[in-house]
Amino acid sequence: MRITLHIWRQRNASEKGRMVRYDLPDVSEHMSFLEMLDVLNEDLIAKGEDPVAFDHDCREGICGMCGCMVNGVAHGPLPETTLCQLHMRHFKDGDVLYLEPWRAKAFPVVKDLVVDRSAFDRIIAAGGFISVSTGSAPDGNAVLVPKENAERSMDAAACIGCGACVAMCPNASASLFMAAKIAHLGLLPQGQPERHQRVTAMVAQAQREVFGSCTNAGECEAVCPKGIKLENIALMNRDFLSANWVGRATVEAG
Amino acid sequence: MELNSKSPTGPIETRWERHRFNLKLVNPANKRKYTILVVGTGLAGGSAAATLAELGYNVKCFCFQDSPRRAHSIAAQGGINAAKNYHNDGDSVYRLFYDTVKGGDFRSRESNVHRLAQISLNIIDQCVAQGVPFAREYSGYLDNRSFGGAQVSRTFYARGQTGQQLLLGAYQALERQIGAGQVQMFPRTEMLDLVVIDGKARGIVTRNLLTGKIESHLGDAVVLGTGGYGNVFYLSTNAKGSNATAIWRAHRRGALFANPCFTQIHPTCIPVSGDYQSKLTLMSESLRNDGRVWVPLQTGDNRPPNKIPEAERDYFLERKYPSFGNLVPRDVASRNAKQVCDDGRGVGETGLAVYLDFRDAIQRLGKHVIKERYGNLFDMYERITGEDPYNAPMRIFPAIHYTMGGLWVDYNLMSNLPGLYVIGEANFSDHGANRLGASALMQGLADGYFVLPNTIGDYLASNKFDRVDTSHAAVRDAESQVAGITRKLLAAKGTRSVDSYHRELGKIMWEYCGMARNAEGLKYALSKIPDLREQFWRDVKVLGTDEELNQSLEKAGRVADFLELAELTCLDALDRNESCGGHFREEYQTPEGEAARDDERYSYAAAWEFRGIGNAPVLHKEPLTFEYVHPAQRSYK
Repeated sequence: MRITLHIWRQRNASEKGRMVRYDLPDVSEHMSFLEMLDVLNEDLIAKGEDPVAFDHDCREGICGMCGCMVNGVAHGPLPETTLCQLHMRHFKDGDVLYLEPWRAKAFPVVKDLVVDRSAFDRIIAAGGFISVSTGSAPDGNAVLVPKENAERSMDAAACIGCGACVAMCPNASASLFMAAKIAHLGLLPQGQPERHQRVTAMVAQAQREVFGSCTNAGECEAVCPKGIKLENIALMNRDFLSANWVGRATVEAG
Repeated sequence: MELNSKSPTGPIETRWERHRFNLKLVNPANKRKYTILVVGTGLAGGSAAATLAELGYNVKCFCFQDSPRRAHSIAAQGGINAAKNYHNDGDSVYRLFYDTVKGGDFRSRESNVHRLAQISLNIIDQCVAQGVPFAREYSGYLDNRSFGGAQVSRTFYARGQTGQQLLLGAYQALERQIGAGQVQMFPRTEMLDLVVIDGKARGIVTRNLLTGKIESHLGDAVVLGTGGYGNVFYLSTNAKGSNATAIWRAHRRGALFANPCFTQIHPTCIPVSGDYQSKLTLMSESLRNDGRVWVPLQTGDNRPPNKIPEAERDYFLERKYPSFGNLVPRDVASRNAKQVCDDGRGVGETGLAVYLDFRDAIQRLGKHVIKERYGNLFDMYERITGEDPYNAPMRIFPAIHYTMGGLWVDYNLMSNLPGLYVIGEANFSDHGANRLGASALMQGLADGYFVLPNTIGDYLASNKFDRVDTSHAAVRDAESQVAGITRKLLAAKGTRSVDSYHRELGKIMWEYCGMARNAEGLKYALSKIPDLREQFWRDVKVLGTDEELNQSLEKAGRVADFLELAELTCLDALDRNESCGGHFREEYQTPEGEAARDDERYSYAAAWEFRGIGNAPVLHKEPLTFEYVHPAQRSYK
């Protein structure tokens, strides 16, 4: 089938970008979206033009490295599917697609469709963990976890850190990303001791990274390739409030 | 060169404990005086960097991805083995040890494997404490599943995303240390050379992938946890970026490369659909727990699977291996799938696939149970193929998945170059000629959390380290070599893209050094690869500059290394005149078509020394002795 692509080309962070049109006359419906870009890049190289830079690695929808906006939707039209797992059979002959990098102040463009998502790592470094040094753990079955909690924790832990939630959010908020980690750890008994500290530190770091605030637009949930639920944000907000309350209480108690 | 495995002797149950006691320690207050460079942030590298930092060492950590959380360990699906015997089904450390030595077709070091089985217990405890959401029973206790190559339920899992969850555990531990200032992290940074000073590994040369800047980092020891070399076959289940550059360039600097021909084919992958195919997608072999593998009994039976009656189906694994059935080890399952396809009974458009059928399991357990166990895998299959596996059987075919070979290391996980440690898939230890399912995660974490942090202290405490800086001649030399390679790649200005060479190399490797090999084919491959390499350097087309993000240039360097590693792999396969595990030489098989080992002549690890391109590498042999598990023909019947 015939596909027309308009792709954001930008040499580096400081230069201005622009949309460039590419016509692909012969796209197979069995190709993945990224394989289509591979074919385009091979053509560009053959013509001596700079290939389109895009991040990708596992191509199995789990590493979280790939992703761009396709006609204004993060990861394209198929629900719960990363760009690398999106196949061209979901498009039709003659489709015109606009490809842009994630747009957010906290995710500066590196080149073409590649952005810098290191802000996510800094949020995790601020508190997205359980402090247990190697060797100090008790037997795995010493702490029981109700199956339901384990399942809900796993639902949240499925986040791949791709950044689609931020890219799609009108406020460029990282709330869904943070909430997924806070729910993952907060729903487990192991995560309780640091629960308040964790949420406070992560939210503070997100503010330093200039992510926006959540206004419950829900766009993040709609595009999340792993189906992370908005209700995690409610859980995060509750933890954040109670952390402040407890914090204040501790200070007042002196 | 004498290869000293430093493997302890005496009763195997206490070897690790006694060895650890004999290791020298670094005083807690002195640890901060040492700097350790860790390359790679997968299960092995990530867990090692975090643990070394917890101990108090200064750690510099490097990965080529944009974040340490992306390493390809993340894609492991099925689970991680541990001999907990929570199910009271007869499991024990000794049984896991036994299964792993046997599964590896008697080509691994007993001491290493026993240690791995012992440590498997600590890994689960550590990961649970980190908040890895392992599957639970209704009681709240940890759940287990069974896996290929074992008759007990010892595999812990987090849905079909076990690798992801374990990696996130290691990543979070690493980020905690980054936040604490104990680890300095360098993402989008690729190691391009090893710096060896006075015979010791003292540093690495890196390229910043965003700016192209070549830099050197020096320290007291270098740890490579950079994964396997499966992408030498172009199409594999590895991530697109997975590469052998770090271990290959260390090999060029003197580290021995062991058993490169031990490559593993994974039986349950989604078949190839066209020439543009960029990678193969694996589905966890845990699917074989409930799925039944079959092909039509008759050749050329093109009916849709649902129209083929029971009596006209050949459940070939259950028929040939009644006691293990669909759970035979990976190499056995893969070869049998190839065989039925070679017989003309393969299914799908290409005839290069077999069915994996869940009809009976869905009838027995209900769709909801199957969905709970494998939901994400079924979704993935449907996304890629457009077919619904709840209603029609999956089509699967084997693909290159894991490489048991890697840099040679001793019991301390140190290579023959003092101060160069190699962990996880990047080394050759533990799995012999074939790895059992759910054991890669176990080895990566065992090496990173528990083995290396213990053994590296002994090296640091027993050696004196002269102060070196980046003006040292060895550093300058390594930097200029790296810059030279980059210049050469950009200067070729040829006619063919990097990918076209990689694809061509992959075809040669899959055809002649893949699932089944023979001397004639290997000799042919050995005649083709040098030509292709020569053509690559003369005619490769890499656009752009070396002062920006240039993904073609990154790939070009990796493919250049694959073009050298491929040759060594074929040479090793040709040199090993026996079949064992993943290395199946057609000339050496039993009358039933199983791998025929030759223990008298080949019970050794083949460690190759680099002598320059165009010169024959030198083979060093580490003899393998088996005091506990006595070599026998593997039987899964």
